[in-house]
Amino acid sequence: MPATKNTTPLIKWLFYMADSNLILSQRNSEWCGHGPVLEQDIALTNMALDQLGQARAYYQYIAHLLNQDVQSPEQYTNEDELAFLRDNRAFHNLLLCELPNGDWAQTIAKLFFFSHYQYQLLNMLTQHEDDTIRAIAIKSLKEVTYHVRWSSEWVIRLGDGTEESKTRMNNAIHYLLPYLSELFNPADYELSLKAYDIESLKEKYIAAIEDVLEKAELPIPVSFHINLIQQKGGKQGLHTEHIGFILAEMQYMQRTYPNMEW
Amino acid sequence: MMQHEQLFQSKIDQEVKIEPLDWMPDAYRKNLVRQISQHAHSEIVGMLPEGNWITRAPSLKRKAILLAKVQDEAGHGLYLYSAAETLGTSRDQMIEDLHSGKAKYSSIFNYPTLTWADMGAIGWLVDGAAILNQVMLCRTSYGPYARAMVRICKEESFHQRQGFESLLVLSKGTETQKQMCQDAINRWWWPSLMMFGPKDADSTHSDQSMKWKIKRKSNDELRQQFIDMIAGQVKLLGMTLPDPDLKWNEERKHYDFGEIDWEEFWAVVKGNGPCNKERLAARKKAWDDGAWVREAAKVYAEKQSKKILKSA
Amino acid sequence: MFAINKYYYGDIPDGGGNTSNAQFSAENEWPLWEVFIRHKQGLDHKHVGSLHAADANMAIENARDVYTRRMEGVSIWVVESKNIHASQPEDAGSFYDPAQDKIYRHPTFYDLPDEVKHM
Repeated sequence: MPATKNTTPLIKWLFYMADSNLILSQRNSEWCGHGPVLEQDIALTNMALDQLGQARAYYQYIAHLLNQDVQSPEQYTNEDELAFLRDNRAFHNLLLCELPNGDWAQTIAKLFFFSHYQYQLLNMLTQHEDDTIRAIAIKSLKEVTYHVRWSSEWVIRLGDGTEESKTRMNNAIHYLLPYLSELFNPADYELSLKAYDIESLKEKYIAAIEDVLEKAELPIPVSFHINLIQQKGGKQGLHTEHIGFILAEMQYMQRTYPNMEW
Repeated sequence: MMQHEQLFQSKIDQEVKIEPLDWMPDAYRKNLVRQISQHAHSEIVGMLPEGNWITRAPSLKRKAILLAKVQDEAGHGLYLYSAAETLGTSRDQMIEDLHSGKAKYSSIFNYPTLTWADMGAIGWLVDGAAILNQVMLCRTSYGPYARAMVRICKEESFHQRQGFESLLVLSKGTETQKQMCQDAINRWWWPSLMMFGPKDADSTHSDQSMKWKIKRKSNDELRQQFIDMIAGQVKLLGMTLPDPDLKWNEERKHYDFGEIDWEEFWAVVKGNGPCNKERLAARKKAWDDGAWVREAAKVYAEKQSKKILKSA
Repeated sequence: MFAINKYYYGDIPDGGGNTSNAQFSAENEWPLWEVFIRHKQGLDHKHVGSLHAADANMAIENARDVYTRRMEGVSIWVVESKNIHASQPEDAGSFYDPAQDKIYRHPTFYDLPDEVKHM
């Protein structure tokens, strides 16, 4: 197992970013081959690939940082070890990312809430002092800009579509609302990094979300709900029951056949 | 009519492509719709056996490759449905025919994917077999079909390469990996040969598909080409093909091979393969679960265009 | 008509399933769009294929997701297929053949002395 005991706040935060992307990518990839129409199946898979690519960028950076403190090459870690050989308590992803896909509305809503958050966050990180983080942010921001656009349009389309789609979208949003407070409930490693101002992040986020919901004719006071019920823990490795099943599936090969090249 | 028919055939003979608005015999149109839509269905159903392994891929790199590959298949299905749509049939109609059992898809996808090595074996053998057909179809007489195939072939070459490369890694790995690799080859070899269809000798009537240059090579020609190609490549893997009769025939300059189990072939075609029911059920479920999504988007679009008209 | 009973990959005979030909309505289908892509700055948009989308905006995005995954484009046009008007094949003779004998429109029609370079 990689040397994660002496991890710095930076590495913890990188795990937070990596794991959130990986787990949501894993969820979105469950749709591949099962989408409501071919064109949208392809679109969602593109986003799963974007998220997987972002996760890999963070894992690779973590591996690079961890390997600096390692004596011999046999102890080197890599992206796969980090993704496939950590247990669920070591995963720092947002709870939002591990929730089940549910129907198309719930999948869209998860992506909508996550990509808007990423968008604001990455915008701030494009000014970051760390070259690697800045580079990842600049590249990821382009992808996430599209995710924001695509998911927001679907929220509007479903909210202002048929009675059924409105009900489904509304249900999906209410199911996810309790998980939004976690986005702005800073973990200790976030605070010590001082990489972004969480209050300003929250303000921009809520404004953007409420703007879309208004266009979708779903007038839900997000700012009110965000503080109402607060699910938390993902950032610190305290998850829902879902994560166990996700990891059992995702890590199956590496766990069953340890120490092999694929 | 006769005049049309002659003109049509003379275009084909001169290698002039037929385009959507051109006159064509009904049978040509029907034959094309059937073949192209079956081909499209094969791509879409073909996403399922590999899609199984996306969430279980053994490395992040392999996960990305597999995801991109299965996504390509969705794209290929889309290009092919579009080509069939130029012949006057709607995609929804074709999907309906798939779900009702009226239209078929390649039987290969009714076999289960049991281990990770199956991803490599499918890329190498199944896509390898498909590519031989597809390369031939790039020169098919119907323009939109040929153009779709050109696009597909460009994308498809990565599929076979990644499959072979993934098996190559297994073949150089541990004993467990080597066994996994050989087992997958054993299971996928014969079904891959069946992809080329029945033997030429079993069809005695005039071969209209060749005359119309929809097809340019016979089943047996393509199958032989495939066997010769794979029999060479399998050596690079240090693996074997599960056919004791497979050997080089110096006289024919081709590999001889054993008899295909045609009983199994027809059983799977008729719906009694290992996964026929699961595959179709998965496609129907995706389609039915998506109905409200498709409707909502349509209703929303109509509302929007009304709003634009009002404000104009 | 012709008996087509030679089967190929992707061409399996009908039968064995439900063969009732219930007429199916495709009126719920999203409209069909034609997609044109500019491969790089300076080139024309070129027809690359078609797709389904509920509206123009979605058609552009679908085109981005379907047709530019391998860096095939820098700009996209979409046109709803029903809005494309086409010349008819039966007009081909009267439309295009009359241009065949107007060879004086081509530069190679004119013989110039070798001394005149680059004209």
